[in-house]
Amino acid sequence: MTLLAQSQLQETFELNIGPQHPATHGVLRVKVIMDGEYIVKAEPVLGYIHRMHEKMGENRTWNQFWPNLGRLDYLSAIAYNHGYAGLLERAMGIEVPERAEYIRVITVELNRLQSHLLWFGAFILDLGGFTPLMYAFDEREQILDLLESVTGSRLTYCYFRFGGVYNDVDDDFITGTRAFIKRLRPQIPMYHDLVTKNVILMERLVDIGHISADMCRKYGATGPVLRGSGVNFDIRKNEPYSVYPELDFDVPVYHECDSMARYMVRMDEMEQSMRIIEQALDKMPDGPVKAEKAPKILKPPKGDYHFAVEAARGTFSMRTVSDATNTSYRMRLRSPTYSNLSLFEEASRGMLLSDALAFMGSLDLVIPEMDR
Amino acid sequence: MLASEGLPPQKEVVEEVQAAEEGEVDPKAKKKEEEKPRENGLLETDYAKRGFHLDVQVNPDQVVRSAEILDSEGMTMEMVTGVDWLKDGQFEIVYDYSFTGGELFRVVVRCRVDREKPDVPTISEVFGGANWHERETWELFGINFVGHPQLERFLLPDDCDYYPLRKDFKL
Amino acid sequence: MDELIRILSYFVGIAAFLGLNLAYLGWVERKGAGHIQRRIGPKDVGPYGLLQPLADGLKLMSKQLVVPDNADRLLYMSAPVLAMVATVILFVTIPWGENLVPREFDYGLIMIFAVASAAGLSILLGGWASGNKYSLIAGTRAVSQSVAFEIPMLITAITIVMITGTMNLNEIIRSQSGMFWNWNVFALDKSILMPISFLVFFVCSMAEINRAPFDLGEAESELVAGYITEYGGMGFGLFMMAEYGNMMIGASLTTILFLGGWQCPFGLFPGPHWFLLKMYFLIWTIVWIRWTYPRTTLWGLLNLSWKYLIPFSLVNLLVTALFIKVF
Repeated sequence: MTLLAQSQLQETFELNIGPQHPATHGVLRVKVIMDGEYIVKAEPVLGYIHRMHEKMGENRTWNQFWPNLGRLDYLSAIAYNHGYAGLLERAMGIEVPERAEYIRVITVELNRLQSHLLWFGAFILDLGGFTPLMYAFDEREQILDLLESVTGSRLTYCYFRFGGVYNDVDDDFITGTRAFIKRLRPQIPMYHDLVTKNVILMERLVDIGHISADMCRKYGATGPVLRGSGVNFDIRKNEPYSVYPELDFDVPVYHECDSMARYMVRMDEMEQSMRIIEQALDKMPDGPVKAEKAPKILKPPKGDYHFAVEAARGTFSMRTVSDATNTSYRMRLRSPTYSNLSLFEEASRGMLLSDALAFMGSLDLVIPEMDR
Repeated sequence: MLASEGLPPQKEVVEEVQAAEEGEVDPKAKKKEEEKPRENGLLETDYAKRGFHLDVQVNPDQVVRSAEILDSEGMTMEMVTGVDWLKDGQFEIVYDYSFTGGELFRVVVRCRVDREKPDVPTISEVFGGANWHERETWELFGINFVGHPQLERFLLPDDCDYYPLRKDFKL
Repeated sequence: MDELIRILSYFVGIAAFLGLNLAYLGWVERKGAGHIQRRIGPKDVGPYGLLQPLADGLKLMSKQLVVPDNADRLLYMSAPVLAMVATVILFVTIPWGENLVPREFDYGLIMIFAVASAAGLSILLGGWASGNKYSLIAGTRAVSQSVAFEIPMLITAITIVMITGTMNLNEIIRSQSGMFWNWNVFALDKSILMPISFLVFFVCSMAEINRAPFDLGEAESELVAGYITEYGGMGFGLFMMAEYGNMMIGASLTTILFLGGWQCPFGLFPGPHWFLLKMYFLIWTIVWIRWTYPRTTLWGLLNLSWKYLIPFSLVNLLVTALFIKVF
């Protein structure tokens, strides 16, 4: 606050970060008022990749809306698929075969792994270290190949269907996934040795970008951002869906509230995702992957429906108002980084420019998901 | 807590809604339901079917009070959105609240305003995160959040003069 | 007449040597980065991508020089030239071998520090003249960085001058003759802190030439490309070449002051090959560090200089003075 008062006496200048800027990883624009190297006010400006998915939801039939889900968060698209599938299954009361649920969990967690891997590389790139990006992409490539073999696409997945999944997994996928987990597992301690314990990285992350748990609550921040502020909240545990209750995994929580805590949460989540995938592969039963009784014509009963899932960046929830026709009356997509970024303006006040950009990186932004 | 604010629990409507879900209601009753919008009050809903536990409809002037109550309970605002009920000539503003951490309890607070004069007080004083959600709802529906610090174009271009999520918006 | 030939041969020789080095240091950096990052690096142009620098050079030279609208035209065009000129002048007093030195000054060390400051000036000029806020921030950063790191660097150099009693670079090397323990870096009998002051000097020289992890002047993720944001074509090319040139100067100076210049570690066959070997080793270390570490912040950088390096170099100065007085 005193900084703001001081700055009114001194000369400030406005700096436009984005919409094309290496640190924003997409078309985000941040209007920054700076006092030397200090930020007086940083206001994110959204909408550069706004496509009005919510209106599309009102004009397309329930089935036609599927491809849109892959184009919101291009890094954890399968979790978004899961949200939509869950929403309609809740509305229509469709039972999903157990094998399909396990396939869903495996693919979602693989997707989360690759999202966190990409974030890891890109985040260190934000801090000026180029090399980890290449290592992370090397691993991520394996996941994309695995997912491509079952879903048919590498990024904008449209794999789930109401009452199951589009395609059964084959033995190649299962052995490939097991081999991949075996390969990735020793890599994570290596990343910690090479990157996390680096003195410069500690200097850049520890005690930088402090977000208290209460601030997270006021802004509705979720996911690793919330868990880095010491709140044990994960939709997979707190509002269990699919077969997550049958799987044994921990929710990593760090109480430091700084960028390092958010970094550590994501790194630990990768371990947990690997655990989930291994267990799910072991437990996966045989059987159909699509509900046989799933109705062909979808007309959910009138009313409001809500469904939340844990995407890689936090709570993704969908709310729809159905008027018992084959399209939605109103489709609302609540994307996690939209809320996570909304606290940036308050939290970045008085920060150094380089720290603010490191802080922004630690929020793990995906712009198309924010702009919808 | 909300009941103390003079909101009556709505028993009958529950049955009606549940009956409608089961599809056992005859077309006449369905039509009757469509004709008149819901009255204000509390509604306990089935989580397994709806995805939320408590459905509250309030007057626009009770919106801030409801946010304050839910804030003091330690809930977080998940999203704010609007629904355009063109037939009723009304906008519905829907607020989703939930706990982050702790028990699983989701509350939906909704209020209806006249389509001609869509004014509703802002809750961005209570929940900072509502700022962006309300700004977006203003932009896409034209619902005026009275007292909002920054009702400017957000997702859409600065020069657009339409509200795309209104039902009378022609594609 | 002799003098003229000497000047001419210096120009031709240094231009050829610099041109080749600057081009191929870029190749070494890219290839090195590639192998550090589990990839191959340049491979298509020529065997092992060896002709890549030529292709890069051609591309840069064929590009149009665009001057932004609100740039200061004169300063904008002269900044890269100033950077390059300063770098070329610096090479005038580097003793590559015992007799292979373009011009032997008695005050060579001072001359190097004096001209090297112009490199910081060219960055500020380029940043200011671009008329771009990112460039301006980068320019101011580079200057505060330059000022902060020149102090410990100079103080450390002074300790060497106190030990050797001369500022002539060739004389400094001659005083380190014999086996490698006579090198200043291992000269514990002259000052017990010598190995650490070698590290201080090396870190300072990295900061002076704006190399990662101290590359705040062109911090990509913060300032797009810093002071070179608005430069294209050969404007950019000259800045890049000046950066590699300064890298060579930094490595050469460290070699001269601490690693015995052209002296052989075992006292046999001293000559330019030893100098080049040591210099390239240091350059490779700089490249290696760049692709390993993330970037510091400006505050971290200034803290490092003002809170650690400057006090340490002052202590080092006192300890050295004590050693000279006592022993």
